[in-house]
Amino acid sequence: MLSALLALGALGILFGLLLGYAAIRYKVEGDPLVEEIDAVLPQTQCGQCGYPGCRPYAEAIARGEADINRCPPGGETVIIALADLLGRDPKPLDEECGEEKPKMVAYIHEEQCIGCTLCIQACPVDAILGAPKQMHTIIESECTGCELCVEPCPVDCIEMIPVKQGLDTWKWPAPPPPPYERPADDDDTAPQPAGAH
Amino acid sequence: MHRLFQFKGGVVLKEHKKDSTALPVQPAKLPPTLTLPLKQHIGVAAEPVVAVGDEVLKGQLIARAGDTLSAPLHAPSSGAVIAIADQPIPHPSGLSAPCIVIETDGEERWRPRQRSVFNFAELSAQELREIIRDAGIVGLGGAGFPAAVKLDPRGHEVELLILNGAECEPYITCDEMLLREHALEVLAGLLMMRHALNAQRCIIAVENNKPKAFRALHEEIQNTGANVELVEVPTIYPTGSEKQLIQVLTGKEVPTGGLPIDIGMVCHNVGTAYAVYRAVEFDEPLISRYVTVAGSVAHARNLKVLFGTPLGNLIEECGGNRRTLRRVIVGGPMMGTAMHSDTVPVVKTTNCVLVESVMHDVPLPSRDEYAMPCIRCGNCAHACPVNLLPQQLYWYARARDFDKIQDYNLFDCIECGCCDYVCPSQIPLVGYYRYAKSEIWNQDAEKRQADLARERHQFREFRLEREKKERAERHKKKRSAVSKAGGDDKKAAIEAAMARVRAKKAEQDSAPKNTDNLTPAQQRQVDEADRRRREENPATSPRDNKAENTQDRPQ
Ligand code: SF4
Ligand code: SF4
Ligand code: SF4
Ligand code: SF4
Repeated sequence: MLSALLALGALGILFGLLLGYAAIRYKVEGDPLVEEIDAVLPQTQCGQCGYPGCRPYAEAIARGEADINRCPPGGETVIIALADLLGRDPKPLDEECGEEKPKMVAYIHEEQCIGCTLCIQACPVDAILGAPKQMHTIIESECTGCELCVEPCPVDCIEMIPVKQGLDTWKWPAPPPPPYERPADDDDTAPQPAGAH
Repeated sequence: MHRLFQFKGGVVLKEHKKDSTALPVQPAKLPPTLTLPLKQHIGVAAEPVVAVGDEVLKGQLIARAGDTLSAPLHAPSSGAVIAIADQPIPHPSGLSAPCIVIETDGEERWRPRQRSVFNFAELSAQELREIIRDAGIVGLGGAGFPAAVKLDPRGHEVELLILNGAECEPYITCDEMLLREHALEVLAGLLMMRHALNAQRCIIAVENNKPKAFRALHEEIQNTGANVELVEVPTIYPTGSEKQLIQVLTGKEVPTGGLPIDIGMVCHNVGTAYAVYRAVEFDEPLISRYVTVAGSVAHARNLKVLFGTPLGNLIEECGGNRRTLRRVIVGGPMMGTAMHSDTVPVVKTTNCVLVESVMHDVPLPSRDEYAMPCIRCGNCAHACPVNLLPQQLYWYARARDFDKIQDYNLFDCIECGCCDYVCPSQIPLVGYYRYAKSEIWNQDAEKRQADLARERHQFREFRLEREKKERAERHKKKRSAVSKAGGDDKKAAIEAAMARVRAKKAEQDSAPKNTDNLTPAQQRQVDEADRRRREENPATSPRDNKAENTQDRPQ
């Protein structure tokens, strides 16, 4: 029991050090603008912007090569934030890249998985757990919903499902627009028993 | 006479307290099933320690605390656990969460109880806190913060312990009735809390619209000679809010983003004190509480309700008509939240069930449907007890400018609803603040997720590169080893490699792979051959395992 704990602890420390090292090793010196842009991007790492990940896209924006409206997962919020950051005008999302969708996570139908490991190789954030010829599974909390694992699966057993609405992600809705801003002929504006206020 | 102070702002409200204090408190009827959410407190959800089908006794532990900032859960009545599953909970979202459902047997059989000591003063503060924690006691006044945690001074010197009996919101009278009927027990609970905190002074604060409660407490303090100050505070909403009450009693302000303990004060609700007393003196966990049922019901009153009882049962018991419900609010008219259904259960923090029928007879602050444009009258800023600028907050919330709104201290807003109440344009201001707060929390959570994803992505790139390097290196080493080795070494290496190949081949030969799906006769033959081979050469037995396995096969 103790040795297991110690081993796990040692592993934890090892990985921590590795992560720390990676963070330092991969720190891009010099351009704080890239850092700032990267901080705004959603880190889905899906490549829909046409670059192999958020950071390369951030670099392309910083170099002035890419427009600010190419990130579908970030959608309007990210475009506005980028426009703010760079002092440009926001513009609608580039349709070529894709459309803004609610966040999804990947789900592996485990009974169909043949254990080919192709999805692991595709996942940009190592959110898939498995080994050759073993059943694979998604670590839901780490999955960014990039969809990159769906294509490579030879047996089509990966499905994108909407993130389950939980109490911790529930948000108070915005109050409905006040009556004086609603269209006059709209009869569906009857009060709804929502908040006490 | 205690010198009192004032906080800026606040409003004087119509009380509506008379109706529900006319009748004495009585236990609510035992419902056929009790639904107990695993999370009835701030912190981590409790973890079930019973399984479906288990018989439970009243007061038996059914879920233990998840960690230090959590609270255990006990069976409010005897019966059987019939489900541990997601059920609708009393939350403004209308969502479900994990609950333990108990089918009651109507016998109310208690688990054996024993008093730990006859004098609590013999217990150490830590022992006292443990009893309180194990009894599942959380703050009964509002948010449900685990009481044992709030009774731990953690190195702070506690100058003042305040027992909050102000109960400033209209309609709610459960604390008042508790004080009227159990003043002595509340007082005893307070002394226990004081012991746990080692507090220098104690004040019980009661609003001056509760003379009967005040008298009851006064009498008990006189009788017992307890060293406790009883203070009557003016009836101004929201005096019962922790920070405002501290200001009224001491003139001191809790710093922005800080806790009362930072200035040496701790505030507890009178209901919590009563629960502490029951736990220490009678080994009784927290399984019920006083709940006010008011609004559009025939007999508004307070009931002693077992946790898990559906709100609808209480409404019917008080002569309400469930078919004409417009909405059911848990809490008071100012700070309460409307439920999506009247089947959700009473939990540890449910102080009031306010019923509003289709007739609109409960006066409540602003409703969306009457909102008019803001006329910049400034009433809201005047009424805000925490000195905010509600009108600015409103503009920024509407514009979704969540940076600016925090510059205006959105998170200091206690959602008291004063601004909302005085707004001549009936703007649902608090609705906007709640919306803005939860948007900001969500953005923060998303940011944390993104940071995690970035880190993992970087680590993956690092790993891929490392693997590539390692592979290249291994390759290099092998090649150089082969080319460097000359003469005898080389011969030896080739020899060894060939030996390996031979060994492998031998293994393959002796272990044929086509032995699946054999008929019993064939199997016997194979076994025979195996046995013969083993007798000839006992050392080679690569198939031993396999042979044994096949013998075990049902024939
Ligand atoms: S589209 Fe957005 S989330 Fe996807 S890789 Fe590009 S920047 Fe990252
Ligand atoms: S790609 Fe599909 S089959 Fe292959 S390991 Fe992943 S889930 Fe399993
Ligand atoms: S709800 Fe918030 S902003 Fe409005 S009065 Fe209360 S504390 Fe001030
Ligand atoms: S009270 Fe209402 S109308 Fe007056 S300033 Fe505040 S939000 Fe505007």
